[in-house]
Amino acid sequence: MAKVLVVTSGKGGVGKTTSTAALGAALATAGKNVVLIDFDVGLRNLDLVMGAERRVVYDLINVVQGDAKLAQALIRDKRVPTLSLLPASQTRDKDALSDDGVASIIAELKEKFDWVICDSPAGIERGATLAMRHADIAIVVTNPEVSSVRDSDRIIGLLDSKTVRAEKGERVEKHLLLTRFDAVRAGRGEMLNVGDVLEILSIPLLGIIPESSEVLRASNLGSPITLNNPASAPARAYFDAAKRLNGEALDVTIPSDRKGLFGKLFGRRAA
Amino acid sequence: MTTVASPRHSIRFHGRSYHAMVLAPEPPLANWLDELDAWLARSPGFFFGRPVVLDLAVLQPGKQGVADLLQNLAERNIKVMGIEGAEPSWLDFAMPPLLLSGRQASVMPDELPSATTEACTPASSSNPPSDPASHSAPEAAAAPSSAADSAPVVAPPPQHPNSLLLDNPVRSGQCIVHPEGDVIVVGSVASGAEVIAGGSIHIYGTLRGRAIAGSRDARARIFCRKLEAELLSIDGLYMVAEDMPAHLRGQPIQVWLEGDSMVMAQD
Repeated sequence: MAKVLVVTSGKGGVGKTTSTAALGAALATAGKNVVLIDFDVGLRNLDLVMGAERRVVYDLINVVQGDAKLAQALIRDKRVPTLSLLPASQTRDKDALSDDGVASIIAELKEKFDWVICDSPAGIERGATLAMRHADIAIVVTNPEVSSVRDSDRIIGLLDSKTVRAEKGERVEKHLLLTRFDAVRAGRGEMLNVGDVLEILSIPLLGIIPESSEVLRASNLGSPITLNNPASAPARAYFDAAKRLNGEALDVTIPSDRKGLFGKLFGRRAA
Repeated sequence: MTTVASPRHSIRFHGRSYHAMVLAPEPPLANWLDELDAWLARSPGFFFGRPVVLDLAVLQPGKQGVADLLQNLAERNIKVMGIEGAEPSWLDFAMPPLLLSGRQASVMPDELPSATTEACTPASSSNPPSDPASHSAPEAAAAPSSAADSAPVVAPPPQHPNSLLLDNPVRSGQCIVHPEGDVIVVGSVASGAEVIAGGSIHIYGTLRGRAIAGSRDARARIFCRKLEAELLSIDGLYMVAEDMPAHLRGQPIQVWLEGDSMVMAQD
């Protein structure tokens, strides 16, 4: 049975699109059929991060309004054949999306794919609530700092009220993905540590993604980090998170970049 | 000329609701008054201290009639606190005020001054308090006749426990409103969330948001296991985070009202 997953946060810039691409690619390389949907109408980024920006012909709005069929709008990834992307429109805005249109697209995608991953825009307005509306599972992406945590808490409250599942009395399964985690700064008290965030948000932890310059490098190349550099620390963390989504019970650890001997002797930074 | 604004808010305005017993006289008035007298003979202290609302919709006495009726009731020691169903022109300033938008209630009026408890009236408390002279006579007649010599005996109504229990944490942006009684949260209240209760608020977790208690009851208290609150309020008086004693932040506390100030102590 296909699962609909929404990657949401409330706060902007915490790593939703990065995580959608990375997790989608990780699940697809494990053999599942995965489709990623970009719900950030007008400010689309998922196509850039996936490296598909030069192949976009039709988008989500075209399909909702009936100008194109779903098969014409889906873009298959060149590197992983089981991974597809449904991009958002850049010229329109979120008012062009209708609840019925989105519901029928998701229903159609559920028949063809194992995982339907919705990349939510930031905020709590119509774009975000539409992205989460049909979700079975939610991944709440949070940075370990106070404003992100409060906004994530708000979004968790909305997941319990504005989704189809909540209206039927069922619960959306929520997971916390802690991104841009810097252990050194958390140790110094500049960032919240994992225990603080979990105590405030009270949802199970899916994974901790360490801060890394590899993420920016991957997105500049138009490739999810899990495809571009699978051995890097964030990629390993995303692979572990994908395994946990599939039901495996792994202990949560914070991977660190492996350094060779010379790297440890000469590679120290002054800060 | 500069004026200095007073830093203290000296006038607080509140809403309150009360339950009152309604007397609705029916014509012919003389017969109704006779029945009332018979009732009072059986249970003399019944109206003592009890706020009564007079419903004139059926009787329609006119201005002089209202004055006479109030005089008649005053002779029988019945205090009228408000009048319903009357034309505003019938009432002058000295009379009880005109009341609008009353709601039918099935609970008898609340605690009365110097009331002693009495076992047999709970049965009558579920009786709509509209026509004591005719329908509730059988129940009230069960009151012991020895009441004639002692202090007025009136039973307090059975308290309907009405507290709201929440099993999940209250998330940021959520607002829990429960004017009927206490609110108990098994979990934390997030920053940016509000809990508004008529009675007390008990939080078995960390309070990071706002707790507004005592909208119906000034004896209400706020309890929490860890104080990180943004605002606490009891019965209209409030305290923001800056005003809270610094040594109590992060501690289990309870807050209550003493006179005109909020008092907080470690629990």
